[in-house]
Amino acid sequence: MRFRAFLFAVAGVIGLLAPANSQILTVDHPGQYTQDDIARGGLSYNAQCFQCHGRDGDQISGIDLRRGLFRRSQSDEDLAQTITRGTPGGMPAFKLDPAELTGIVAFIRAGFDTSASVRVGDAARGRAVFQGKGECASCHRVAGQGPRVAPDLSDIGIARAPAVLERSVRDPASALLPINRPVRIVMRDGRTIRGRRLNEDTHTVQLIDEKERLVSIVKKDVRSFDVAKESAMPAYAGKLSNDEIADVVAYLLTLRRQ
Amino acid sequence: MTRHVALSALLIVTALSTIDAQVTSDRLLKAADEPQNWITYSGGYAGHRHSQLTQITPANVKNLELKWILPNQVFGAWQSTPIVVDGIMYVTQRPNDVLAVDAKTGRVFWQYRYTVSPDARVCCGANNRGVAILGDTLYMGTLDAHLVAIDRTTGRSLWDVTVGDPKLGYSITMAPLVVKDKVLVGSGGGEYGIRGFIAAFDAKTGKELWRVYTIPGPGEKGNESWSGDSWKSGGASVWVTPSYDPALNLTYWGVGNPGPDFNPAQRMGDNLYTDSVLALDPDTGALKWYFQFSPHDPYDYDSVQIGVLADINWKGTPTKAILWGNRNGFFYVLDRTNGKFLSATPFVKVNWASGIDDKGRPIPTPQPEGQPTWPGVQGGTNWYSPSYSPRTGLFYLSAWDGYASIFKPESSQYVPGRNFLGGGATPYAGVTGAPGVRVGRATPINTWTDAAGNGAVIAIDPLTGQKKWTFKQFDVTDSGNLTTATDLLFTGGREGYFYALDARTGAELWKASLGGQIANGPMTYSVDGKQYVAVISGNSLIAFALRD
Repeated sequence: MRFRAFLFAVAGVIGLLAPANSQILTVDHPGQYTQDDIARGGLSYNAQCFQCHGRDGDQISGIDLRRGLFRRSQSDEDLAQTITRGTPGGMPAFKLDPAELTGIVAFIRAGFDTSASVRVGDAARGRAVFQGKGECASCHRVAGQGPRVAPDLSDIGIARAPAVLERSVRDPASALLPINRPVRIVMRDGRTIRGRRLNEDTHTVQLIDEKERLVSIVKKDVRSFDVAKESAMPAYAGKLSNDEIADVVAYLLTLRRQ
Repeated sequence: MTRHVALSALLIVTALSTIDAQVTSDRLLKAADEPQNWITYSGGYAGHRHSQLTQITPANVKNLELKWILPNQVFGAWQSTPIVVDGIMYVTQRPNDVLAVDAKTGRVFWQYRYTVSPDARVCCGANNRGVAILGDTLYMGTLDAHLVAIDRTTGRSLWDVTVGDPKLGYSITMAPLVVKDKVLVGSGGGEYGIRGFIAAFDAKTGKELWRVYTIPGPGEKGNESWSGDSWKSGGASVWVTPSYDPALNLTYWGVGNPGPDFNPAQRMGDNLYTDSVLALDPDTGALKWYFQFSPHDPYDYDSVQIGVLADINWKGTPTKAILWGNRNGFFYVLDRTNGKFLSATPFVKVNWASGIDDKGRPIPTPQPEGQPTWPGVQGGTNWYSPSYSPRTGLFYLSAWDGYASIFKPESSQYVPGRNFLGGGATPYAGVTGAPGVRVGRATPINTWTDAAGNGAVIAIDPLTGQKKWTFKQFDVTDSGNLTTATDLLFTGGREGYFYALDARTGAELWKASLGGQIANGPMTYSVDGKQYVAVISGNSLIAFALRD
């Protein structure tokens, strides 16, 4: 039941978006899918689609199934038709029974996310929380607005599945990507640099510092290099209500700028 | 001693004060005053590709060593010129990625990826030649004819506007030019029967502010230079960054070939403004003057070169000149205030014209059917960046000499979005069936040999049009050229050698065998007091500096 709400909300949210460029963002959902459909679809996907489209659905140029970027399809019907008829000079036609077909479409529509625990609320309310009570916008940048200290969220709606977004809001430490862990570097000349890593190798590290500058450091010039385990972001479980978190997740899912 | 300390302190303060500064339009005007940076495609508005840096000299250039290599993750000619701003390099790679690179180590801060529409079509590969910068924003044109603005700290897009319809063959491959608060671009697509244009966009919002077609429409002066409706699909693409004279407030745009390329009978007349230079007011797009190099062109002699702005003493008169090494094989000097023709001299073997008359119009000598025309379809030069050194007063360009094609016109029908060539051109190699020079170098083996033509860097004295020296290469060259204030010239070629020459004599002072074809313009910059020279060879961006 909660999952139905999730799908419905996603459809509504994405429907508000104008396509950012010629890529098609899918919008129409004539049906809704049960978790059984999605789970069955995941199995069928692994058996039939995985080899060409890959684990994350992005192995074919210009297509990202998990994030809803297709070449031709818009509606569920389009998707089903592409699967059953194939494409000229490209994908072969697949013969599937109706349940399998429904499952694969559901699995794609659910962003390859078989977790049913996600609740997606209202994006407009979520935006208000993001900019107001949650103070998210005081660290995160969206579409060229806001500070650069924390990761830019302009494309977070296609970069993360809904379940991961929710976990990131509730308990950031549990979902924080290692590259985003705060670092504190003391140089041999005594300077201290705090920031967030962008890239690292054996001999150098590139980061954005507290003053939003891109800094590249050669490790032989470093006295100490500490990577914090905790996130600089507060956990919002308990700080925001469940409804508010669901709203924020809905808002984040609308952020799909390339 | 005290003075030395004070001076050092001042230098440090100066260095710190520029580190976080935005790239204002004032900085773009005075790019030559900050030679540690390279903030426009040609290193400055005048199109000189000349640097004031002096650490690397003819005496120590032999001590250059490899500092870093950044390999491209995609294949195909890599034509981009990086820019460098306060230690950070921004470079594009195929199809429309931008990388922010630590200019000292070659390590990457971020990568911006633009997904090109499957509708994009380009004649000659997924090329992109670089970004422009203003404030904290980078600007890139895309293969599907969008203009995107990118935050230079985060690598995220700020806006993305449609400039042309890729289904009709419109594309952008040039590095944009920022003038004041506007971003200026032109559209490629000269092989698809486009109607070319140049447009200006608000740097903050991406709002289009003006658009000028490079083919005049009905009722506009110049439209009569096209028979019938041929102006509608007449090409006139723009795909190389213009130069700009702030004092005259004029931008100088090279315009590409007419369409169909090889069958002029389908477009009788001079076909304005194909194969021309246009002087446009960057505020309004108003056309101040034009000069057409190759009227009614059947040879694909795009005038998509960088016009080099030089103040010279022309026959005793101080003259604001524009120097132009044209694809048609002639080197031109024009008065850039009004477009007046001053001189033209061939710099390679030419037989398509017996000369240029005193108005600047070629005297055509079409060759009999099946006979070779010099220079061939790729031209005596092409889009490869020239260099100009105010110290030597010489103009340097990459040339293809002794290179010809056999042109075959055919009738061709315009179909939207399809090739509109009007026949073709075959490279001439002296012996029937022998391989001719290809577009780009796809293998490490050269079987066409110099019988099909050879490459050269040529130094031309603009006052006489005569060659001061020629540095000959066995295979042809698509490399740009860079000169420095120590009279060094850096260049490359298809063979993958990267050279430092004496800019006064053409003597070879140093070379590195990098292996892959060099098809970009070398550039130079300095970080923490060390001068680097960067070049792209094959799929690698490579930086050299003096041994520590």
